[in-house]
Amino acid sequence: MTDTQVRPPVAGAQKRPPEPRPGAVRADKARKKRRRKEALTAHLFLAPWFIGLLCITAGPLLASLYLSFTDYSPIGGAHWIGLENYTRMTDDPRFVKALTNTAIYVFVSVPLQLAFALALAMVLDRGVRGLAIYRSVYYLPSLLGSSVAIAILWRKMFGDDGLFNDFLGIFGVEGQSWIADPDTALGTLIVLNVWTFGSPMVIFLAGLRQIPPSYYEAASIDGAGKVRQFFSITLPLLTPIIFFNLVLQLINAFQSFTQAFVISGGNGSPADSTLFYTMYVYNKGFTSFEMGYASAMAWVLVLIIATLTAVNFLMSKYWVFYSDK
Amino acid sequence: MTNNRAITKSARGGGRDTGLNDTLLARTLLAVRGNKLLTHAGLILFGLAMLYPLLWMISSSVKPEELIFREPGLIPSSVTGENYGDGWDALRHPFSHYFFNSAVITLGAVVGNLLACSLAAYAFARLEFPLKRMWFAIMLGTIMLPLHVVIVPQYILFSELDWINTFYPLIVPKFLATDAFFIFLMVQFIRTLPRDLDEAATIDGAGHWRIFSRIIIPLSMPALATTAIFTFIWTWNDFLSQLIFLTNPDMHTVPVALRTFLDSSGQSSWGPMFAMSVLSLGPIFGFFLAGQKYLVRGIATSGLK
Repeated sequence: MTDTQVRPPVAGAQKRPPEPRPGAVRADKARKKRRRKEALTAHLFLAPWFIGLLCITAGPLLASLYLSFTDYSPIGGAHWIGLENYTRMTDDPRFVKALTNTAIYVFVSVPLQLAFALALAMVLDRGVRGLAIYRSVYYLPSLLGSSVAIAILWRKMFGDDGLFNDFLGIFGVEGQSWIADPDTALGTLIVLNVWTFGSPMVIFLAGLRQIPPSYYEAASIDGAGKVRQFFSITLPLLTPIIFFNLVLQLINAFQSFTQAFVISGGNGSPADSTLFYTMYVYNKGFTSFEMGYASAMAWVLVLIIATLTAVNFLMSKYWVFYSDK
Repeated sequence: MTNNRAITKSARGGGRDTGLNDTLLARTLLAVRGNKLLTHAGLILFGLAMLYPLLWMISSSVKPEELIFREPGLIPSSVTGENYGDGWDALRHPFSHYFFNSAVITLGAVVGNLLACSLAAYAFARLEFPLKRMWFAIMLGTIMLPLHVVIVPQYILFSELDWINTFYPLIVPKFLATDAFFIFLMVQFIRTLPRDLDEAATIDGAGHWRIFSRIIIPLSMPALATTAIFTFIWTWNDFLSQLIFLTNPDMHTVPVALRTFLDSSGQSSWGPMFAMSVLSLGPIFGFFLAGQKYLVRGIATSGLK
């Protein structure tokens, strides 16, 4: 992570003379006063953020930890039930189903999405004319992808008489409703996530720009072909960005909600095949108002995401290459 | 300059010396150009495939209902505005009502984020205070916090305040800088601004508020533009929190209304639904066209630097 302060707190601090001169004590006092004043100003600038932290983010985070050990509902109030919510999850087939669905979705769609992003970024980085236009076209789906409108489009596109079956008809393949089939419904959501590869692609493009062309020139003089250059120069130098994209997209994918919710009509149908983790949390918390249980599941989600990110960071030692080290 | 020209001249001269080199050069150039054409063809085809679903939706929205799923292809054989009229009045309120609600929330969120995030960013980027590193780390941590883990206590808090079915739960948090991502983005930007200006202003007797409002803010326009555009798009697309905090149909926003539309009409009236979906994407598309530069710069820099 980038660091906040490398420079010494106060510029004058190092210039302090070795022995106190008559004016030094007064100067020290003035400096202290100035520092205190600056801290006060800083807290004023940060006041909205502090209130937000207390009431909207960190405060509720701790509150939901407490609620996760209770049977809280808006009508019944909260009673301490210990770990019951957590043990309940292991026996809850719908919870297990939701977790499995989400895991499949995340671990299939994210690698595919990043592969598309990297491939297209590589092609666009070779000095293609009209780069800006292509980049915009490929990026547009990333902006629209999380909207309800696109979810509606997807539901129709992969429906019985939708666009996808028209396309298959060209090859004489008999279509079906891909949304209504429990075996393929999750697949349509994976396709939707891969479709939004534009934003990691833009990040890859920025990363590719940072690789000095002289590396490639030197390599080609040494007789390295395109494939060799990709594996020996591009890929190693790009690993920090691949890592960044991976962490970001995994976190995002684990939390995706809107598309599955809209496409499945809010309940994960058909046969719970598109029941996502976040959707189950929502249904428990805001449809049946078992808010204690919902909080426990939300906390497990946080732990999953935190663990995944931590594992990623630990593993990164073995495959991420930082050239400035 | 002259040196450069001399070098290119000699390089050209070198090529002219031998006929062999010349044909080789021509052949390579041809191959490169052929390769480039092929690349462009591939890129265009791929781009079309990506945009095809969107184009299909737009074209379907102007087709008469009975043609939508009969007639494959993008060019409609007859065009009608009927779907737009039907969709506009399909729900309890005309769609203008939902557009208005979405616009109010989005505008409030943009103003809130610009104000609160830039204030916090100035403190983190320019001021010294106790425990600064710790607070900064906490701020970074909240970026990754899933909404689901805080939404139940938020719901309880907002019900206590009687804010359910008002716009406050969707706007007030933005004035409290809860979108920490934008604080981070602006801190990164402000750090790149030279400190000389601040110091000169301090010598002239300006306080921090003056430095912030007269120097930092005017210089931070690119970061502010990125923040405004992303806030707009994210809030306009946002569904979960609007679904939870706005249950009364009078308060519904465009995404929630679209979802109600989908659930209430089942398999019929796809034409009107597509028409309203197209309209709902309009503002995002507009901002995308207007703010491309800032969008691309925003993602490229906030993540990496």
